[in-house]
Amino acid sequence: MSMAFTDEQLQRYSRHIILKEVGVRGQKSISAGRVLIIGAGGLGAPAAMYLAAAGVGTIGIADADRVDLSNLQRQIIHATQDVGKAKVQSAKESMNAMNPDVEVAAYNEWINAGNIRDIISDRDYDFIIDGTDNFPVKFLINDACVMLKKPFVHAGIIRFQGQLMSYVPGRGPCYRCVFHDPPPPDAVPTCRQAGVLGVMGGVIGTLQATEALKFLLGMEGLLVGQLLTYNALTMEFRKVKLGQNPGCQVCGKTPSITTLVDYEQAACDLRPWE
Amino acid sequence: MSDQHVDARVDITGVVCPVTFVKTKVALEELEDGQVLEVRLNGGEPIQNVPRSLKDEGHRVVSVTQSEDGTYLLAVVKGGLAV
Repeated sequence: MSMAFTDEQLQRYSRHIILKEVGVRGQKSISAGRVLIIGAGGLGAPAAMYLAAAGVGTIGIADADRVDLSNLQRQIIHATQDVGKAKVQSAKESMNAMNPDVEVAAYNEWINAGNIRDIISDRDYDFIIDGTDNFPVKFLINDACVMLKKPFVHAGIIRFQGQLMSYVPGRGPCYRCVFHDPPPPDAVPTCRQAGVLGVMGGVIGTLQATEALKFLLGMEGLLVGQLLTYNALTMEFRKVKLGQNPGCQVCGKTPSITTLVDYEQAACDLRPWE
Repeated sequence: MSDQHVDARVDITGVVCPVTFVKTKVALEELEDGQVLEVRLNGGEPIQNVPRSLKDEGHRVVSVTQSEDGTYLLAVVKGGLAV
């Protein structure tokens, strides 16, 4: 990318450019970057906002939900007047208002085995953020990213807890190496049933955005092979080392999962995204 | 004005911190290591901070001269401290 920044862009991104690890070249990598965020909810909202502010050139956002009053306690990309609006439309408007440099691709649909490849391929996204709140889609995102050789960051939040880990093809374990299979429907509560402190999405979603930016900058030190957990009750962060599973069903030597499938969801999860 | 060899010039007297250093970095990124950038900057905050930021990033300030109009001229060798 040889296009020079305007004076306005130099000013907008000055706090990035003055960082030794970023510079003009790094900011150009960010500006040329394409990140897909799946879920415009508790995790996706802060991730989308920080990535838009950072000037990520193309941000895709996928969700079929509409903004509900009960979302506003944590989904800070949406405002009171957005209630009833498609979440991706509301998110797109917020991002456009924050930074006109960003092109937002809105996918007003639920991610499933039938559309995930097309959506990831639509802009040939460099990095994917899992901002979903249910296991079936989390496994689907993992399997699709492994098959398409796309890096992504997983995350989950519930009550006062959150966790995240990144997958980079060929560099470490995938989500399925660690968690194997989705739990039975209704065995695990979603945050709709269990509640979540509003800031948890901010903490963990912002860490996901950090992983995306570091990846675009070509930096080391991502959460590959590491699960970072955060407990807001004790204010403790922990890092758990994770090994690759050579027998993994999707990224192992002889994978048994070679096509994408939709797993059964808990009956109450009619609207899977937070 | 010294007879220092200069490969490129940038004038940052029209901008304020942190765009001063940003513009200097933009100019430096277009040079090869070892080439010399001349930076024209104001006294006060810019002359206090820009040379220090340049050193922090591994560049060598080889000369500082004050001009008659009160501005300063820095000669900076890209990557000159990295060796």
